[in-house]
Amino acid sequence: MANICRASRKDFRDAVVAAREAQEGWASRSAFNRGQILYRMGEMLESRRQAFAEELIEVVGYGREEAEAELDVAIDRLLWYAGWSDKFAQVFGTVNPVATSHFDFSVPEPTGVVAAFVPEHAPLLGLVSCMAPIVVTGNAVVLIVDNDAPTLSLDVAEVLETSDVPGGVVNVLTGHRTELREHVGGHRDVDAILSVGASAEERTVLETEGADSVTRLEFRPDRTAAEWRLEDSQSPYWMTPFVEFKTTWHPVGR
Amino acid sequence: MSEIEAAPDTADTARELLFGDRWEYAPAPQSADHVRLADRYGAFIGGEFHEADDYFPSISPATEETLAEVGRATEATVDRAVNAARRAYDSHWRDLPGSERAKYIFRIGRMIKEKSREFAVLESMDGGKPIRESRDMDIPLVAAHFFHYAGWADKLEYALPGPGRPRPLGVCGQIIPWNFPLLMAAWKIAPALATGNTVVLKPAETTPLTAIKLAEIMQEAGLPPGVVNIVHGAGDVGAAIVEHDDVDKVAFTGSTSVGKQIQKQLAGSKKRLTLELGGKGANIIFEDAPIDQAVEGIVDGIYFNQGHVCCAGSRLLVQESVADEVIQKLRHRISTLRVGHPLDKNTDIGAINSKQQLEKIRRLVDVGEKEGAEKYQPECDLPDRGFWFPPTFFTDVTQSHRIAQEEIFGPVLSVTTFRTPDEAVERANNTEYGLASGIWSDKGSKLFSISKALKNGVIWGNTFNKFDPASPFGGYKESGFGREGGVHGLLPYLNVQSQSWQPKTTPSTNGSPSTKPGNSTSTGPSPEPKADDT
Repeated sequence: MANICRASRKDFRDAVVAAREAQEGWASRSAFNRGQILYRMGEMLESRRQAFAEELIEVVGYGREEAEAELDVAIDRLLWYAGWSDKFAQVFGTVNPVATSHFDFSVPEPTGVVAAFVPEHAPLLGLVSCMAPIVVTGNAVVLIVDNDAPTLSLDVAEVLETSDVPGGVVNVLTGHRTELREHVGGHRDVDAILSVGASAEERTVLETEGADSVTRLEFRPDRTAAEWRLEDSQSPYWMTPFVEFKTTWHPVGR
Repeated sequence: MSEIEAAPDTADTARELLFGDRWEYAPAPQSADHVRLADRYGAFIGGEFHEADDYFPSISPATEETLAEVGRATEATVDRAVNAARRAYDSHWRDLPGSERAKYIFRIGRMIKEKSREFAVLESMDGGKPIRESRDMDIPLVAAHFFHYAGWADKLEYALPGPGRPRPLGVCGQIIPWNFPLLMAAWKIAPALATGNTVVLKPAETTPLTAIKLAEIMQEAGLPPGVVNIVHGAGDVGAAIVEHDDVDKVAFTGSTSVGKQIQKQLAGSKKRLTLELGGKGANIIFEDAPIDQAVEGIVDGIYFNQGHVCCAGSRLLVQESVADEVIQKLRHRISTLRVGHPLDKNTDIGAINSKQQLEKIRRLVDVGEKEGAEKYQPECDLPDRGFWFPPTFFTDVTQSHRIAQEEIFGPVLSVTTFRTPDEAVERANNTEYGLASGIWSDKGSKLFSISKALKNGVIWGNTFNKFDPASPFGGYKESGFGREGGVHGLLPYLNVQSQSWQPKTTPSTNGSPSTKPGNSTSTGPSPEPKADDT
């Protein structure tokens, strides 16, 4: 059907460079603005829903009803995380009632550059379910897609391009996880890794390689396409592994 | 300085008193009579102390005298401790109502308060820190930490927003350092118990004694046997805990190099991990800072606890326009610091924790001199016996110097200057560490913009080295992950629903979709999480 890029170590390194360059600017946008851009992603996906539905049916082998269902939830999920942009810090940040005369508060900040191995199942919704919670808090992400419908992830990349998300914030690589996992784990400029559906071997490689730079690692099982549509496949606890809490103290006095 | 005199009045220095050695302080020793120690202690497992085959001495770093002997754990000891923790977890602790767990934790906090003088004296004897610090800081914070987390035990459903009840993880292996022995034990044990986990704790081999006294309190408090188990020894004992198959979570505080080893050791094990590692904190003094307060902050930042502090302000970054004034004042200030016996109430800087650590400090200070930095140490008499190092700072330091990059973990400060706020941020962040920094400025907008730009888990604005059980503490980058303190300190000991969901059906391996699209708004019960399904 098509020849798809099989990402190499070099491609991954280039993607991390792009992500690093974009991350600080993205994080310095207002939370409201990041939310607006995620809403816009949802709108752009909606505007192309016909094309995506056809692709899910023809390439992935979905029935019509199921393709529509995955699209509905993918759009809803973008909107759901978009809404979290300016609420996450309010729900998960704190003002800390310390015993001394200090104003003391803790706020989440993005971890930085995240690499994410996205699910094999639900090629559209699985990708969205991983990307949205990572980028909404201000991280940049390199998504690694290894499934039977890689063209779909490239169509998602086109949606991103038209959604005002700055270049470099979301990077998409298609390729083989087994070829990339060692480089991803060992890359010193990757701050955190999400791996959905990791094999025992992949988990061991990522954790072993990641330890050299104290990389944050989050593993989640893959689910079926139907399960990815469930409400419990979205949660602010998909955001918490990719933030750092910063506590600031200041004396209170006259 | 040998004269008591007024310094000459010049344009930029106010009149000040110089403290010479004609002013002798009378000794003000804290009595240690009420500290009761047995000759030897073994591991605390299943609510009882057990004999060991082999014992090692725990010495006072101020006198090099043996205080007590402590049983060295073996792999078999660790195995027994983990089994005791597992039995306690499975048989009742995890199912005990939070309000009941809370009562035990409150009781422990209360009893620490009652015995706080004994704990403070023993902490200073075993670890070398000044009694002023163990009495006014360490032990009160220990008690406060137990009180804080006792209150969380029956409120966990309010702590972490979202559906589903957060679940404990199981058996936690906890490994702590020697710089704040009892405080680190409290930071580890209190949240673990509040969340319904059980514990195997390994204190550092140079400072095991206050943890042993804590075990006695747990006996007296009637804490069910096996909920907290304490084993002693060096890194091999820690490694045995980390590797034990029946440990569900590892929490480590210590050096970055050991933290990396642990992370590597755990690869593929599915154990949860939190790391609180080293630091090389910047203390940034802007020209608009309240300079006298900033100088106090520099002293608190690096000479507190002999500089054995992971979040120490060990790199002073001072704006060029005020550098001379700050360095001059710092020189005066540290000449008044009193290095001496930890149990003397006038002591500011106690004994270095161990001979090994003293050698490390000396080695890095030598490196600093060889690399061309300018060393300053006030004259001070050090006792003949014990391990001591005077307060020290280096000027003419560049970013590439080892003393500006490596964690010395001693009373040694490196001083560099900067011109612009951007340069200060760039320098402060130019390290693999990311634990804590200080900012000194009277301009609020600047202080908060710098705070935002620093990659650190803790920022002290116009203050330094403040701690509180309600205040989350932990690092960015290679200073570790996870937070201790406050509500954020609960998350590392709990499974929340989305972390524990399992596929409801086994996903097919060929990538084709399930034939039965599920209801996208399922309201069914969440799957029952098991302790080990992170």
